[in-house]
Amino acid sequence: MDKMSLGQHISQQFNAELEDIRTRVLNMGGLVEQQLADALTAVVDENVELAELVINGDLRINAMEVTIDEECSRILARRQPAAGDLRLIVAVIKTITDLERCGDQAERVASIAMRLTGGREQHRNHYEDLVHLGNHVRQLLHDALDAFARMDPEAAVQVARDDINVDKEYDALTRQLITYMMEDPRTITRSLDVLWAARALERIGDHARNICEYVIYLVKGKDVRHVSLDQMEEEARKR
Amino acid sequence: MNAIGKDMDMTSSNPSPVRTHSVSSHMFEGEERQKLCLDDETVSLDVRNLNLYYGSDLALKNISLKIPAQRVTAFIGPSGCGKSTLLRCFNRMNDLIDICRIEGEIILDGEDIYRRGVDVAELRRKVGMVFQKPNPFPKSIYENVAYGLRLQGVNNRRILDEAVEKALRGAALWDEVKDRLQDNAMGLSGGQQQRLVIARAIAIEPEVLLLDEPASALDPISTLKIEELINELKSQYTIVIVTHNMQQAARVSDYTAFMYMGDMIEYNDTDTIFTNPSKKQTEDYITGRYG
Repeated sequence: MDKMSLGQHISQQFNAELEDIRTRVLNMGGLVEQQLADALTAVVDENVELAELVINGDLRINAMEVTIDEECSRILARRQPAAGDLRLIVAVIKTITDLERCGDQAERVASIAMRLTGGREQHRNHYEDLVHLGNHVRQLLHDALDAFARMDPEAAVQVARDDINVDKEYDALTRQLITYMMEDPRTITRSLDVLWAARALERIGDHARNICEYVIYLVKGKDVRHVSLDQMEEEARKR
Repeated sequence: MNAIGKDMDMTSSNPSPVRTHSVSSHMFEGEERQKLCLDDETVSLDVRNLNLYYGSDLALKNISLKIPAQRVTAFIGPSGCGKSTLLRCFNRMNDLIDICRIEGEIILDGEDIYRRGVDVAELRRKVGMVFQKPNPFPKSIYENVAYGLRLQGVNNRRILDEAVEKALRGAALWDEVKDRLQDNAMGLSGGQQQRLVIARAIAIEPEVLLLDEPASALDPISTLKIEELINELKSQYTIVIVTHNMQQAARVSDYTAFMYMGDMIEYNDTDTIFTNPSKKQTEDYITGRYG
């Protein structure tokens, strides 16, 4: 089994339900991406209004998680899905948990943005690094959702691989901030805020990687959590 | 200010190369799946305080329920709980049993079907029934479907042709039999025979379709086809189905009634019955703890 298809059940309604749930997950993912992008814009532009919008917007993500979960349990109870259909439902339930957490982290970045206003000039480097990390993570999340949408395990492996680079970038930023704080203790408060924001972004990268693991589980039927990247790649390539 | 749909550049000086997945704007309205609610439905069959005795045995105990129009209502419960008996009340099939006695009312189109002077043949035209084992007549496929209409005195060939095609299409059988309408119906497979019987039942355009274990003698694929057919038919007919197969009830029905020992234990929309029933007996039955 190489590519999966959701359709072709004798029951048209079942087809529609599965397609609907997949669309909902992608919609939720799109919203999370938007929230993350807005949170980063709020940091860069010192835009408190936008940050507030992001913080309020998280409620919608939470609501979507609840409705998708309900829909999944409804399908489990009424359709008794098997094989690929069952894996889809399991993968969806797990994916939306990670997406909701991504939403929480975006909210966290937005609330830090509200504190990080003023005194930009002397911290210019950090903001640039933070935004660079943020964009990297956005790309990662975007690719993870793409892999989910296309049910493409090989693309999923690429995302998991790229998450390592996000971690490296985060480590570099941490080291830089530590140096900075040692040089001038007056910057500690602000530097810590930047660090928290970076930490939140790095977590989103981890969630994106988790989503990719569910994609491989969904398509290949192999649970690749807690295995090495090479093993993960091998499973994804298996016919 | 709406953050959604805003330009995605990170800053004007540092445009982001990352695009986000689009969020469709209608997703927040009507996000909740429309929930079915019995109180909002048009009632097709209204059962009021129905008691049914076989001799001195009380087989149905004070049953009251409203069957909604153009929905699928399933009766589930262990063997002997009275679900088939209740179904057979709806077109007075129990009249054929001498020792059977009924109290209470069943209202269809504003009239109690057990009232004196009701034309039972007319009632059975309005309330069609399909049984567990396919029972085609030993005639051609065409004549099986046209049978009810001929009984009504329709003999116009053109009208019959049209009605037969419409019924066979309605029963999702047309494509499989259109080239052999004059063949004997007994030559069809079990699943096809059952769909033929459904075609025969809908040819006379009933209001209500009663299905007594319509798929229990069929293989899994034929079963799914019948279930899909039920789903298509419900836009035109009120469907009541009795099934031993709880999963089937979960798949096809909008409303589910759980019966036990002649009592109606719980009656609610199928989502609720199968995800969060309110009675322990129902939960035990659908989770396979007794029955």
